[in-house]
Amino acid sequence: MNAQPSMPPDPAAAYVRLEAVSKRFGEFSAVDAVSLEIRRGEIFCLLGGSGSGKTTLLRMLAGFEPPSSGRIYIDGEDMSAVPPYERPVNMMFQSYALFPHMSVERNVAFGLEQEQIRPAEIRRRVAEILAIVEMSPYAARKPHQLSGGQRQRVALARALAKRPKLLLLDEPLAALDRKLRERTQFELLNIQERLGVTFIVVTHDQEEAMTLASRMGVMDRGRIVQVGTPAQIYESPVNRFVADFIGSVNLLEGKVADLGAGDLTIRCESLGCTVRAARRVECAPGDTVWAAVRPEKIVLTDATSPGQPADNCVRGRVREVAYMGDVSICLVEIDSGKVLRVTLSNHSGLAAHRDLKHAVVTLSWDAASPVVLTR
Amino acid sequence: MAGIPALWLALFFLIPFLIVLKISFSEARLAIPPYAPLFTWLHGLPIPRIHLSSYAYLFTNPLYLRSYLYSIMVAAVSTVICLLIGYPMAYAIARAAEAWRTFLLMLIVLPFWTSFLLRVYAWIGLLQNDGLINNVLLGMGLIHHPITLLQTDFSLYVGIVYSYLPFMILPLYANLEKHDPALLEAAADLGARPLMSFLRVTLPQSLPGIAAGSLLVFIPVVGEYVIPTLLGRTDQIMIGRMLSDEFFDNRDWPVASGVAILILLLLVVPIVLLQRVERKELAGTGEAEAEA
Repeated sequence: MNAQPSMPPDPAAAYVRLEAVSKRFGEFSAVDAVSLEIRRGEIFCLLGGSGSGKTTLLRMLAGFEPPSSGRIYIDGEDMSAVPPYERPVNMMFQSYALFPHMSVERNVAFGLEQEQIRPAEIRRRVAEILAIVEMSPYAARKPHQLSGGQRQRVALARALAKRPKLLLLDEPLAALDRKLRERTQFELLNIQERLGVTFIVVTHDQEEAMTLASRMGVMDRGRIVQVGTPAQIYESPVNRFVADFIGSVNLLEGKVADLGAGDLTIRCESLGCTVRAARRVECAPGDTVWAAVRPEKIVLTDATSPGQPADNCVRGRVREVAYMGDVSICLVEIDSGKVLRVTLSNHSGLAAHRDLKHAVVTLSWDAASPVVLTR
Repeated sequence: MAGIPALWLALFFLIPFLIVLKISFSEARLAIPPYAPLFTWLHGLPIPRIHLSSYAYLFTNPLYLRSYLYSIMVAAVSTVICLLIGYPMAYAIARAAEAWRTFLLMLIVLPFWTSFLLRVYAWIGLLQNDGLINNVLLGMGLIHHPITLLQTDFSLYVGIVYSYLPFMILPLYANLEKHDPALLEAAADLGARPLMSFLRVTLPQSLPGIAAGSLLVFIPVVGEYVIPTLLGRTDQIMIGRMLSDEFFDNRDWPVASGVAILILLLLVVPIVLLQRVERKELAGTGEAEAEA
């Protein structure tokens, strides 16, 4: 489900550059010294919870808020003090903000009418963009006569009508139901590829970010914590916050026991197990670290099978099995009381996992699976 | 339960209206009451006696035609002035910080808590030949003889606009306050400068408020009596004063009733318009809520 755009963005073309951008409201910093580079033609997602500063950052890019400090460059030009009506940027609002007293056609034409374009040309371009979002039959309707999904397409068409180089999307899929969300995700990817517009998407939904983004930035309390592709962020989170924010994760706390050439051993006393991770990490013996193991990377076997390996393995009792249709989520309680989460694929249906409940099992994982986090 | 408003309307509007209508069709008499009864009895059967003489008199008398036209003109001009002054005020209040809005609205409404008549008299005190304004101008040496400010069209409009401004501001504010600020941001994002955003986003959305405020000023001002009598011209009077003179001074109830009926007929169109605007405003918010 992770569709990457087929044409990789040019890494050399930094289309948007933020240099130490901050936004302060009195004592409180909504955005704290954020530096970021966004490349031409990519879909960049700003992912974070509420209060992380992502929306404030987006508004500064749009021009609705001036930064308290720092600079914003778009296509090489310093846009920090430029008002929104003079920026080559358009925004798709979370509430869509369609003009209620205008028809769909007039809404979409609004931006074009602000430039000195001939009426015939405006009509042609409006028809063109409405066809792309598949809203041509609704051109004469007013916003209140449309459904939520239809309004969203009109908002998108309106934002794309001026063919901006940069499109900002504020929680574009938040108001849609699941089926519509999936469909719209692919349509957005299609349109972006077709028109070659650089997208910056703000969202709190990690699934949305993982699907849409060619690269994403995780934000926490006004700062960018990690920037990378969805795969990099998921498989190699830099700290516990990111590991826990994206997907589910099991964090095993322990002390570094041994450092080898390409691996290290962590002794988790409280959990009664040893983790051997095939990774190189900057740390010293005795340091407290966390081994992050994703639920889908844990193998669950019957505790009665002989020959338990010494490390990367722990024994426990299944507390709960949650059936999700395509997968089952097992909560396994180990001796220390800690509960580990395991995701099992349902290739043979529910029956295979249902009798696991209350069973004693062995959890094991490959040495390549744990990510060692020092913070 | 739904019957009570209907009963109220019937009792306090429909029946008095029918009485006035009936009187307008009778002829004046030196009697108490000073008009002939509608029916006379002949051999036990009621025969209606309908006289159209009052209406004939009103339509052929140029004095009445001029008065009607003058009243409509004064009402229209007052409405426009109220709109030009009231819109910026309503806009400013709607854009003010939450904490200030109640205070500002109170400032608009507070004068209502004092006597209307007293406030009109206060204008006399300000505008008369030896009033405050003339004294200040004389004292400053800007004029050498007092300017006639009272009993002119100027003083009439001052009095009407001053008294009716809140009727324009409050419906306008009620409309402007509901506007979504994100729309203005969207307009700016699409390239519209502030003035353009106002003309293409704010103004069209405020049309129902403008219509409501305008009608709430226009309709009552047509029939205004007190302000034109105290502050207005003596050579051209408004229709409310004509009605009063006809009723009290000439004791011609049929003609006075005819004047009242014609005022009502004149205002039927604006009143219906006002009701349609109000219904659309209510329906509009209902629709938006249903979609959300």
